[in-house]
Amino acid sequence: MTGPSRIIASVIVIALVAGVVAAFAIAWQPAIAAIDPPAPQAFDAALVKRGRDLAAIGNCSDCHTVRGARNFAGGLPVPTPFGTIFSSNITPDAETGIGRWSEAAFRRAMRSGVNREGQHLYPTFPYDHFTNVSDEDDRAIYAFLMTRQPVHAPARANQLSFPLDQRPVIAGWKLLFLRRDAYQPDSTKSAEWNRGAYLVAGLAHCGACHTPRNALGAERVSAQFAGGDVDNWHAYAINDKSRSPVPWDADALYAYLRNGWHPDHGTARGPMAEVVANLSQVADSDVRAIAVYMAEISGAPTPDRKRQGEAALAQAKSPPAQATQANPAGASIYAAACASCHETGRPLPYGGVNLGLSTAISGPDPRNLVNILLSGVRAVEGERSPIMPGFAASMNDTQMAGLLNYLRARFSNQPAWTGVEKTIADARRTETVLLQTSAGPRSAPADPTQRDKP
Amino acid sequence: MNAPVILDRRRVLAGGGALIFSFSLTSAFAQDQAPGAAPAPKPPGSLATTPYLDSWIRIDADGGITVFTGKAELGQGLKTALQQIAAEELDVAFETLKLVTADTRLTANEGYTAGSNSMKDSGAAIQNAAAQVRELLVAEAARRLGQPAEGLRTENGAVISANGKRLTYGDLVAADMLHVQAQPKSKLKDSATFKVMGQSIPRVDIPAKVTGGAAYVQDMRLPGMVHARIVRPPSYGAQLTECDTAAIEKLPGVIKIVRDGNFLAVVAEKEFQSIKAMNALSAAAKWKETASLPKQDDLLKVLTSLRSQDFTIFEHSNPAVTGQKTIEATYTRPYQSHGSIGPSCAVAHFTDGAMTVWTHTQGVFPDRQGIAEMLRMPPASVRLIHVEGSGCYGHNGADDAAADAALIALALPGRPVRVQWMREQEHGWEPYGPAMVTKLKASLDGNGKIADWNFEVFSNTHSMRPGGAGSMLAAQHMAQPFAVPEPKPLPLPDGGGDRNAIPFYNFPNARVVHHFIPEMPLRISAMRALGAYHNVFSIESFMDELAALAGADPVEFRLKHLDDQRGRDVIEKAAQGFGWKAGQTPPLDRGYGFAFARYKNHAAYCAIASEVEVNRETGRPRLVRAVAAVDSGQVINPDGLINQIEGAIVQSMSWTLYESVTFDATRITSIDWQTYPILRFNAVPDSIEVHIINRPGQPFLGSGETGQGPAAASIANAIANVTGKRLRDLPLTRKRIKDAIDA
Amino acid sequence: MMTLKVNGHDHQVDADPDTPLLYVLRDDIKLNAAKFGCGLGQCGACTVIVDGKAVLSCVTPLVLLEGKQVTTLEGLGTIGAPAPIQRAFMEEQAAQCGYCIAGMMMRAQALLQRNSKPTDEQIRAELEPHLCRCGTHMRILRAVHRAARLMDTADAASTGRSAP
Repeated sequence: MTGPSRIIASVIVIALVAGVVAAFAIAWQPAIAAIDPPAPQAFDAALVKRGRDLAAIGNCSDCHTVRGARNFAGGLPVPTPFGTIFSSNITPDAETGIGRWSEAAFRRAMRSGVNREGQHLYPTFPYDHFTNVSDEDDRAIYAFLMTRQPVHAPARANQLSFPLDQRPVIAGWKLLFLRRDAYQPDSTKSAEWNRGAYLVAGLAHCGACHTPRNALGAERVSAQFAGGDVDNWHAYAINDKSRSPVPWDADALYAYLRNGWHPDHGTARGPMAEVVANLSQVADSDVRAIAVYMAEISGAPTPDRKRQGEAALAQAKSPPAQATQANPAGASIYAAACASCHETGRPLPYGGVNLGLSTAISGPDPRNLVNILLSGVRAVEGERSPIMPGFAASMNDTQMAGLLNYLRARFSNQPAWTGVEKTIADARRTETVLLQTSAGPRSAPADPTQRDKP
Repeated sequence: MNAPVILDRRRVLAGGGALIFSFSLTSAFAQDQAPGAAPAPKPPGSLATTPYLDSWIRIDADGGITVFTGKAELGQGLKTALQQIAAEELDVAFETLKLVTADTRLTANEGYTAGSNSMKDSGAAIQNAAAQVRELLVAEAARRLGQPAEGLRTENGAVISANGKRLTYGDLVAADMLHVQAQPKSKLKDSATFKVMGQSIPRVDIPAKVTGGAAYVQDMRLPGMVHARIVRPPSYGAQLTECDTAAIEKLPGVIKIVRDGNFLAVVAEKEFQSIKAMNALSAAAKWKETASLPKQDDLLKVLTSLRSQDFTIFEHSNPAVTGQKTIEATYTRPYQSHGSIGPSCAVAHFTDGAMTVWTHTQGVFPDRQGIAEMLRMPPASVRLIHVEGSGCYGHNGADDAAADAALIALALPGRPVRVQWMREQEHGWEPYGPAMVTKLKASLDGNGKIADWNFEVFSNTHSMRPGGAGSMLAAQHMAQPFAVPEPKPLPLPDGGGDRNAIPFYNFPNARVVHHFIPEMPLRISAMRALGAYHNVFSIESFMDELAALAGADPVEFRLKHLDDQRGRDVIEKAAQGFGWKAGQTPPLDRGYGFAFARYKNHAAYCAIASEVEVNRETGRPRLVRAVAAVDSGQVINPDGLINQIEGAIVQSMSWTLYESVTFDATRITSIDWQTYPILRFNAVPDSIEVHIINRPGQPFLGSGETGQGPAAASIANAIANVTGKRLRDLPLTRKRIKDAIDA
Repeated sequence: MMTLKVNGHDHQVDADPDTPLLYVLRDDIKLNAAKFGCGLGQCGACTVIVDGKAVLSCVTPLVLLEGKQVTTLEGLGTIGAPAPIQRAFMEEQAAQCGYCIAGMMMRAQALLQRNSKPTDEQIRAELEPHLCRCGTHMRILRAVHRAARLMDTADAASTGRSAP
């Protein structure tokens, strides 16, 4: 996931300030000779299998597949304030996909954001991260994509106005922000840590959402993982600025990324739900590596933060506190609409996290909480998955604000949010509130720690 | 619906001309009797056990006719179908009839409404009783008019003579006229003259259901009624160790806490008060649990290693035919939930030493026996009245809820008590459809025909329905508990775990073994189609595996092994309706599948062809369309039959693609729709087509369960067709399909 | 004590503000259509219309309903004078046990009130929160399409809708 609006904004700035100045030499890229689409059997099965895992870590299918349509055939509209960009067809179709791309052409696209014909690609395709992907991994992903079913699906024209529709301007942006570094292993760290660092910075492109962007729409290197914005969601800070009531550690991160939920943190939602759905299918060791690396990024919690985390956990396990009398309406709404799931003591992911553990309620603004409250969490077709009803129809803005204020006061030690009603009104208007639960194969844990009262 | 139906028998008896009944039944039906037959032949259907005509049909002096059935409306359209049958044979207008369903005081004891037997049992009884009642009325008219019966006809509730003289049934009926035993044979109408039967008469229960009328036991509100909720143990066998109820007794509206051993319930004035009190009581209750459940993900090993009683239920050999190519395969089915949308509910009222229970049980009489035993009351003092509930698809929590209500009502004499289970109680405590394992082995001869066939099925019993108190949770949980009755295999030809285990095809050599497993790690009982669901899934999947081995088209391969003409007809009809062609290539990512069975090998015939789409990247399957052909004998209500088959296909698809009960070592963990997902609208097929082959004049074969097995196998075969991979473990989940594709 | 507007009538309701609407409708106002299915917002059986929108009454506390208009299936029409959606479900025989149907009909009604000609895809998407165990889905879809046509006809014949 990227922040398309910011990228587009950056493109504008480039166009106005530095764009035209960008050297033609950089803007011009040669075409790479077309090949005859190779037969699927030409690829080694083990390589394809590895490519499948890597493509899942890279979240390729989520942007290159329209829900309910053919896999990897592209056409997903990414709406932005400046227009709409459509993802491309990456099936091996000769006419409309990448069937005529050689491995070299594919690798150039991953590394430099240039297609086989030599055109610059918009950075909604996060090649600024993919630069570090090894030749070996690019080969595996190529093998995986070239063995998918070819689908004839012509690219949809992007709906951008001049000068944004001029691809050479992208070259200027690249000149400023595209670093073409291969991953340099840190020999003082474990192989697992290095694997994690390589994936996080590269294929998994975590920073694309979790790192804030500068005025030119590029990730702020100095504030890596300090929290970003995407599709009307806030991607939480996952460094030492994290606001999660209980500090994360490697085990918790691993469980969360692998299963989509963790008892001390809650369930992945919004765009993150897609990420964990993909991570549920890949090699266990890669998820573990990502968790180990990210745990070090977020650092060991301060004694103070550790103590607060323990307090939050203790409170979550103790009997429910008396409702705050200051807000009886909020308390009544909470009792009937929330507590019937969130306070049953039933373990996650089906019980609903104790809201004292929810980062959404301790977070800097209530956007994510509002998104969830409005639309709920829909069932994954035919699979065990958490379900939460949406409340858009039953609560007006004032009522929902009352509930949010109640939750903030009762379940966090943070000051009250401001502009809650506006956040709600904005969220109602935003059509890009894409709430979908992970389609991953998460099933009810069948061990005694995951019991509930029948 | 709220009030019990009270039929005043004295009023019935006081009706009519009060002439003394002097008609000779023997002469009326003499022509139908086989001369010199030694054991008296019995009348058809449930008339055999409840022979008096007025147990089925009563006529008031004002001509009002009431029809009685011991069967229950479960949402399958039973009331409408029975009313059609009665109207047809009585020659009265459909809408003038009143129908009384299962009620221990008013109706015949027809056991359970189950096994697709209602039309065979009650339908046949009412049809024959109605025909005989009409004959009696015609004879009476003949006597009064002094004309021969042959010159009289019936129409719209009256007997009419050749010269137009009209005597209504009300005029004709007298005293005990219908209190006579049915004759073995009846003069049934010629099916060619049917006016009501065979018509798609709109269901009588639907208008109330779509306008918010009182339609269900859940909707009953008796004067002074109170609301109860149960606190069930957290797991099988859990013991209540402590429960301080003092604070809960003071909660608003709370009337009483009922505790009897491990049975714990709370009664309050209003429904939501009872729920709040239940939550508080649940928090106060401490339980001692034991880990007794088997490994959920290794049911194959669990089932095949439990002690079993083994029965060879079929053996046929022809040494002249020997096989050349042999394959074998093992198929499994997990425990599955009935999953009623409305949790079970009952209302009970104990007053003047008598207990009345309104319940959506499938068997008011057996359930009464169990409740009377539990309450230590004579059965005559206990009355059970069937009122519709949410669809049950077999033995769900209905009987248990009835027992719960009765036990609580006993503690609150004079006040009607309504109990409804919570969602997690229905999911956690209902008796599941049993897990099953089938092992198949077969060989082809040199001509690509099946030479020998071996089939073994491992399963629990498929019915732990009440009869005794020990079948019901409340009785099991009491301080002086009733033991769970010893499970028994259900007798063939219907069978239980071995229902449809015997192949309906012709194989020169065949052997079928039923491994009956008495021990029941999970609470189980009857679920729609019983063992037939998995046995047909196994047989029909394996038939496709054998067809592939023979290089034959699946439809042709089946026809090659089937002589039964009606079976061949449904197969050909379904194939033709679907557009099935040997060697056809389905569209990209789609596959075609076919399956056939005759339910119980003696009931309805059903063949289903389906088209399934599979997403190769995610593994997600989608049933695109299904075409079914069904032969259920004489059709009573075509639209009702289509509704049943459509529903069977859609429900079976949900079972087959998604469903399994989950549990850890101690507790059931599939306790709501998050943890027990079923079909939602986004996966509903584009179309389902049902073709009926009507067999006028042939016996009713029933239809409720015939579609379950063929639908499952047809979908499985289509998935194998598109993926090239054979999945043998139910459910055929997205994950399993993806793993198979990736393997 | 609060005033609750249901099917055009004011009801004085004596229930705690956190009481879910479902129990008020069934227990206090003695209506049948909204059904208890799960109490968790997972199945849709309790759906009613509040101010034109489909709402799960089992997770909607009384406190949210001050000044709002609640419509249940009973408020749309009667057996003798069924609303178009009720007629459509009767004509399509779109029920088996029927327990889930009232909730489905209310969501379909809300959909048709804001979109008189929904596509099949839109109807399926709209009904996704609703479970039916009997497998009556094909008929339910047909009934909603039929209801759309019936409402259209009713609209053409008169100025207003027959249902609120």
